[in-house]
Parts: sequence; C-alpha cells; structure tokens
Amino acid sequence: MTHNLAEIDAKGYWREVVRLTLSLLVIWFVVSYGAGILFRSVLDQVSIGGAPLGFWFAQNGSIYVFVALIFYYCRAMNRLEKKYGVEA
Amino acid sequence: MSQDFWTYFWVVSTFGTYIAIALWARAGSTDDFYVAGHDVHPVINGMATAADWMSAASFLSMAGLIAFLGYGGSVYLMGWTGGYVLLALLLAPFLREFGKFTVPDFVGDRYYSTTARLIAVICALFVSFTYIAGQMKGVGVAFSGFLGVDFNTGIMIGMAIVFVYAVLGGMKGITYTQVAQYCVLIFAYTVPAIFISLIVTGNPIPQLGFISNVKGEDISMLQKLNNVVTDLGFMEYTQTNKTMFDVFAITGALMFGTAGLPHVIIRFFTVSSAGAARVSAGWALVFIALLYTTAPAVASFARLNFIDTVNEATYIADDADYDAEAAAIVEAGGKPIPKWFKDWEKTGLLGITDKNGDGVIQYHAGDSNEVTKLDRDIFVLANPSIAGLPGWVIGLVVAGGLAAALSTAAGLLMVISSSVSHDLCRRTFFKGMTDQQELLTARGAAAGAVILAGIMGMNTAKLGFVAQVVAFAFGLAAASLFPVIVLGIFWKRMNREGAIASMLTGLVTTFWYIYHFKFVDTDASHWWLGVSPEGIGFVFMFLSLAVGVGVALVTAPPPQDIQDLVEDIRVPGTRVPHGIADAEMLPE
Repeated sequence: MTHNLAEIDAKGYWREVVRLTLSLLVIWFVVSYGAGILFRSVLDQVSIGGAPLGFWFAQNGSIYVFVALIFYYCRAMNRLEKKYGVEA
Repeated sequence: MSQDFWTYFWVVSTFGTYIAIALWARAGSTDDFYVAGHDVHPVINGMATAADWMSAASFLSMAGLIAFLGYGGSVYLMGWTGGYVLLALLLAPFLREFGKFTVPDFVGDRYYSTTARLIAVICALFVSFTYIAGQMKGVGVAFSGFLGVDFNTGIMIGMAIVFVYAVLGGMKGITYTQVAQYCVLIFAYTVPAIFISLIVTGNPIPQLGFISNVKGEDISMLQKLNNVVTDLGFMEYTQTNKTMFDVFAITGALMFGTAGLPHVIIRFFTVSSAGAARVSAGWALVFIALLYTTAPAVASFARLNFIDTVNEATYIADDADYDAEAAAIVEAGGKPIPKWFKDWEKTGLLGITDKNGDGVIQYHAGDSNEVTKLDRDIFVLANPSIAGLPGWVIGLVVAGGLAAALSTAAGLLMVISSSVSHDLCRRTFFKGMTDQQELLTARGAAAGAVILAGIMGMNTAKLGFVAQVVAFAFGLAAASLFPVIVLGIFWKRMNREGAIASMLTGLVTTFWYIYHFKFVDTDASHWWLGVSPEGIGFVFMFLSLAVGVGVALVTAPPPQDIQDLVEDIRVPGTRVPHGIADAEMLPE
C-alpha cells in the first residue's frame, strides 16, 4: 500500500487538510466556548423547547455538533484522499 | 426476589462474561498485547474507547455533580466530549500513521531524543496513576456497599479481576471485554433515566424530557426547577457562581487534557489505518454522547425529585416501624421521609439534623438547612429507588458502575505496563530485548501496577482527596503532552530542544500551581486571574506552546530524516522507515 511521496501533490493535499481542519475547529469553538460560555446570556433570551438556548448548548447542543463535526471530517477527508490519489 | 439476589446476579453474570471474553481473546505477541494486532474494527474500537474513557466518575459522580452545580456542571459535559473533536482532527489519524505503540514512542522518535522519551514516560505514568487510584476507589466503594464486604476487600476483589483480564489478555483481551462493559454500562444508565423521564415529564427520551414541560403542568421542567431552587434560596439552576473566565479555562483544560491523555490516545493505535482512526474517534464520541447527553437530564430530574420528596417530609426514627409510621403520617395529611432516604442514611453519605425540633425536614440554603450531609456521589445509585423502580434495575446500576470503573482501570494498566516494558526497558535501557522478553516484562509490569494501584486506592480512600488529584491528570496532560504532539505533527520545524523545554514548562508550572493552591494555600481569592486549579492546565498549555516554539526557533532545525517522517505521517499510505527516526524499531 505504501506509495511514493513524490507521485502525489503532498503540499496541495496538506494545505487543503489544514484549511478543512481550521474551519471545523472554528465551528467547534463557536458551539462550545461561544454559544455555551461567551454569548450564553444573549442566547438564553431565546428558548429551545423549555430550555434557555445558551444553557442547552452548554449541556446538550454542543455535544451533538461535536459528533456531526467528526463524521463530516471523515467524509471530507475521504473525498480529499480520492482527489489527490492518496491511499488511506 | 430480594435486592441482594439481583445485585449478585448482575455482578456475577457480567464478570463471568468479561473473564470468558478475556480468555478467548488472549494475547500471543507484543503486537496483540499493546495494540490488539492493529486490526480492531473502527466501531468496535469506538465502543471500547467509550468504555475506556467513561470511568466511575462519569457513571457514578457526574450527574450528581451537575445536579448541584447546575449550569456550572457544563464544564464536564463540554470538556469531556469536545476533546474528541481535537483527537479526531489533530491527533488520532496522524499517530496511527506514525505506526508504533505508545505516546512516548512518538515523542521519543519525533524528537530524536531519549530525554524527551523519558519525560513523556514520566508524564504518562503520573497521569495514569493518579487516574487509576480513583478507579480502584470507585471499585472499592461499589463492592463494599453492595456485597457487604470491607472496603479493602472490595478493592482486592477488583484487583484480582482486572489482573486476570489485563495481564493475560493485554490490549486484545481488554478491547473485547470493554465492548461488553460498554453495553452493560449504557444499558444500566439509560434504563432508569427513561423511567424517570417518563415519571417527571411524560417523555420517554431523557434528552427530550430535559427540554419538555413538567407532566400535566404548563411550565417547562427547567423553569420549574429554577423556581423551586430559588424559592429555597439556592442559586438558579441555569446559572453559576464561577466567573466566565474560569468556566472557559476549566472547559479548556478538560478538553485539551482529554486529547492528551495517554490511555485515550493509545486506543487509536489499535485500528488498521489513519482513515479507520478518524471514523473510530467519531464512533467513540457517539457512544460517549449517549451517556453524556442523558446525564444533564438525569441531573435536573434528580434535583427536582430530591427536593420534592425530602423537603417538608416528616422524619421517621431509625428504631421505628417504617411502614406503620409512614402510613400514619400520610393519614394525618403529611409526607413521610422516603424509604430510600433511610437506606442511604445508614451509609453515612446522607444525614439530617432536626435543628428546630419540629420533626419535619426543612431543606434550603443557609444555616437552618436540616439536610446536613449530602454526598453527591449517591445520586446515580439512588435514582432508581427515588423513582421507585424494581429491584433488578437497582442491581443493574451497580453492575454498570463496576463495568465503568474496571474498564477504565484496565485501559490505564495498559498504558502503565507499556510505558514500563516498551518505553523504559526496550527502547531506553535494554535495547537488545526480544519480543518474548518484552511481552513477559509487560505482563510483569501490569501485575505490579495492579498491586500498586490497589494500594493507592486503599490509601486515597482514607485521605479522601481523589477528586482533587484528578485535576492533576487533566491539567498535566493538557499542558505537557498535548502541545508537543500537535506541534510534532503540524510544525515541521519543531525540534528536540523545543519539545523538552515545552514539556518541562507544562509539567513544572501546572504541578506547582495545582499543588500550591490545593494543598498549601487553599484561599480561592489568591488564584491567578481567578483561575481555579482545575482550569490552570489550559492557561499553562499556551505558555508551554510559546516556550516550545520560542526555543525551537533559536536552536537548530530537526535533521532531514525527521522532517521526512513528518511529511509521511501527514499523508496516509506514504509512511516508510527513516534512518534515525526509526533506527531501533520499524513502523507497522
């Protein structure tokens, strides 16, 4: 399975990986530290069901987003690997 | 059937299963022993990782903790799940691609330095031992409480069981027993939660019950809880008295600490490829999230139920006939103290003082509060009885708690034994060891670690400071291990000098701060920037990063072999051996 590094555009691949990683980490930061902590008091003025939104993000919502983020990352990485001919 | 029958039934049958699985999946080589032959299916590995991760603290203590901290408890929920995003995106796939066994392996090879390897071993051992002592304590509490044996005997029973499957089975045995343990613990956690959610809100799904109205009333459950606790003079449930910066820092320390914990990272070496490592982290978080999104619901229901059943209840003395007295109180229009309250009172974890002598319990904030002893750890165990669930559910919860504690203890033992036999013996001091000798040493080290952990468990119970010591584990992992691993992957220029400086900075500053403010000066107003010892690892992580980068920039760049190695682990499928990086051992 090992193939030669020279055959692939490793630099281009890595640049895209880093860009993907950073954009997902921004979402990760926004739903937890952002919605759950920094902007909680603003979000708490809105309710989801019977829970203040900021509080809900801190205790439940952020966790759902975390799960979605990882699976999205898996899909996006598989696409990238195909695009650059990388054999995982 | 009696309660004892069901407890024995669940504990014996689940433990029998664990041991049978361990014997079936015995390890035959060092590869099997450390990384289960590198061929565990991602979903299976995800489940095992979840069981490994969720300890007695997650299972038994967390919901009770949140019940009393309210919003403040969010730090555990976000912190202990968000770390998996960091693991999946920044660490797991690359470390798998690197292709060796342990965290010190990576640090030692990437930074071409025995010193760096040794410091990483020290960090890994320190983190793992503080953690495992807490697990053994949990095992001791569960056994002594429910099998009616002495606390130390309880720990010894736990030691014997972990010994059988960790020492014989290695990572392979552990992985498959952890799958069974996950099933037991998640079933044991969700069944009572569903019943309680139905009782309180009429919705069978706890996550939805959490945001629903109280059954038969036109008010949301959380709003009612806020009203009830503020009426009694407590802080509103959806608020906290911690500063925003402290909440931020504690969440950060727990998240980055999770991503830096050796016993979590080591799990991603067991799958077949970088791609499998990514998927595996996703599944691990799914299985963890099942429990972690249920916990805040359980917490709020428990707080509401507790106040509802205990406040203004008429006390019944220990020597009185409970059933007759309770009937008489109901007859007179009063509310008798619940039966489960009397049961837990016997353990000394719950207690009242009738300060105004009226025979009725007043529970509220302030000096005249009559519930004078309330250990938060009892809530998950007491929940089924609070909700009046049948005896088999209560027994199941005990088996679940033990599964959580034992699976985590076993995973930690693997880190300790591989640190000693692989990193210390084979890669540092006795380089000529054969595979067979190393396997023998690993088993010996695991055996030694079981005994040491048991002794630590017995002693920490007497000192009662496990909860405080656990802060060490996360803070140190965040400040000392996380930065060098991430820099090692994402910054090619990072070198030996930078890594050593960074790990030492994180280790020394965090250790000092926690030690100082936990044991020497316990005055919270002296904390730097208002950051509690639990959160300081997050702050010092940035210091450790800065020192590492600074030192690396003024010293020589790493050799070409190392830079090539970094290029390789970034692109799946390109890993080949590189001179000095792999001089003593080739990647798999």
